[in-house]
Amino acid sequence: MFDYNFHWRPVLKNLPDLLGAGLLTLQVAVLAMVVGIVIGLAIALIRMHMRGPLYWLATGWVELARNTPALFQLFFFGFGLGAFGLHLSPFAIVLCGLSFNCAGYLAENFRGGFQAVPETQLRAARSLGMTAWQAYTRIIIPQVFRIVYHPLTNQLVWAVLMSSLGMLVGFRELSGETQFFASRTFRIFEYFAATAVIYYVIVKIILLASRLLAARLFRY
Amino acid sequence: MQETISFFSGFTPNDLWFMGEAALRTLWISALSITIGTVLGGVFGWMLYEGKLTAALTLAPVLDIFRSVPLIIQLVLFYNFAPIVGLDLDPFGSGVVILTIYTAALVANVARGAIEAVGKPMRRAARSLGMSYWQDMRYVVLPIGGRAVFPAWVGVALGVMKDSALVSVLGYVELLKASQILITRTQEPFLILAIAGAFYFALSFPISRYAAKLEQRWAQ
Repeated sequence: MFDYNFHWRPVLKNLPDLLGAGLLTLQVAVLAMVVGIVIGLAIALIRMHMRGPLYWLATGWVELARNTPALFQLFFFGFGLGAFGLHLSPFAIVLCGLSFNCAGYLAENFRGGFQAVPETQLRAARSLGMTAWQAYTRIIIPQVFRIVYHPLTNQLVWAVLMSSLGMLVGFRELSGETQFFASRTFRIFEYFAATAVIYYVIVKIILLASRLLAARLFRY
Repeated sequence: MQETISFFSGFTPNDLWFMGEAALRTLWISALSITIGTVLGGVFGWMLYEGKLTAALTLAPVLDIFRSVPLIIQLVLFYNFAPIVGLDLDPFGSGVVILTIYTAALVANVARGAIEAVGKPMRRAARSLGMSYWQDMRYVVLPIGGRAVFPAWVGVALGVMKDSALVSVLGYVELLKASQILITRTQEPFLILAIAGAFYFALSFPISRYAAKLEQRWAQ
């Protein structure tokens, strides 16, 4: 029954490549988060303060990002845009797909964060003579940041996990690289087991770093 | 006779039927995994709550692995691991097994949250009215705690429905895989992806809206 011989040597030999690909995974996930935060913030503010076509565009973005599979979104940026003669590189496909997805989910988090800060605080800040910009950057945003900090961490973890879909659009991040090596050596189980461990470690490092950062940021 | 042979043909009503069948397969694999996974997750959640230290040291880390490794890696890993231990599973079987465990890992936390949401005094009151432990669970914790976490459970279920698209890596022809096949043949990526996306959206959007509305109503 158990006549399979595990061969870990090729995996060990290619471990540096896998770890390098892991860095690429982290890179694309962090980049997507940065883009996602900027767009998500814009979407949240638009949905709270505006009416008209811009509101519907922002709402459509959020609902599309949250109600379709991430893989579908990646395929859309990969193949769907090809219909218009737009061919993105695998890196750009993954970055666009992840950013689109993250922006949609983060927008809802930000909206919840803004709504949790009472409106009276903005009025109090304004009546103390602060400009709208000052009131937002010094009073509102710091409080919102505290509320959305944990959702942000979770979203970064999701972005790392989701970036594994890059494998299906030909992007050689951690999963893509693993598939490449696995299909060359046919040691599929061994390679993917190693990759699973690397993902687990990456996720744990992110969570630990986030906890340490939170301890420093939110001392008061 | 025709001079040139085209390898591509346009999108026909037949293809719509093909996609419909694939959509049913998406529904079937998600419904099966979500149902079994929820039952299993409920049991795990109860164990996490009652098991205290033992569960925190044994069950929790195992469930954590399934939440920290990308689903696509889990699927490939299990699909290639099953034959090693002598299991003969088709892509559908492997997909159901992994999606079920994945659902259970997510639902376990939700279920534990449900039990924690019911106040200790209320449960003591139930017990002092002469209810047995299981009567207390069935008639007090289930209705009250279940209601508190129902929106979270809907979120998990919809997430799994969308993530079932990943079973396509194993070669199971669900909706997204069917779209990919059709795109290769018809070279009409935009139209086909739009149909596939519309199906996911039409399923996910009303349910998530309904859950959000219930949450609002119950919060009052």
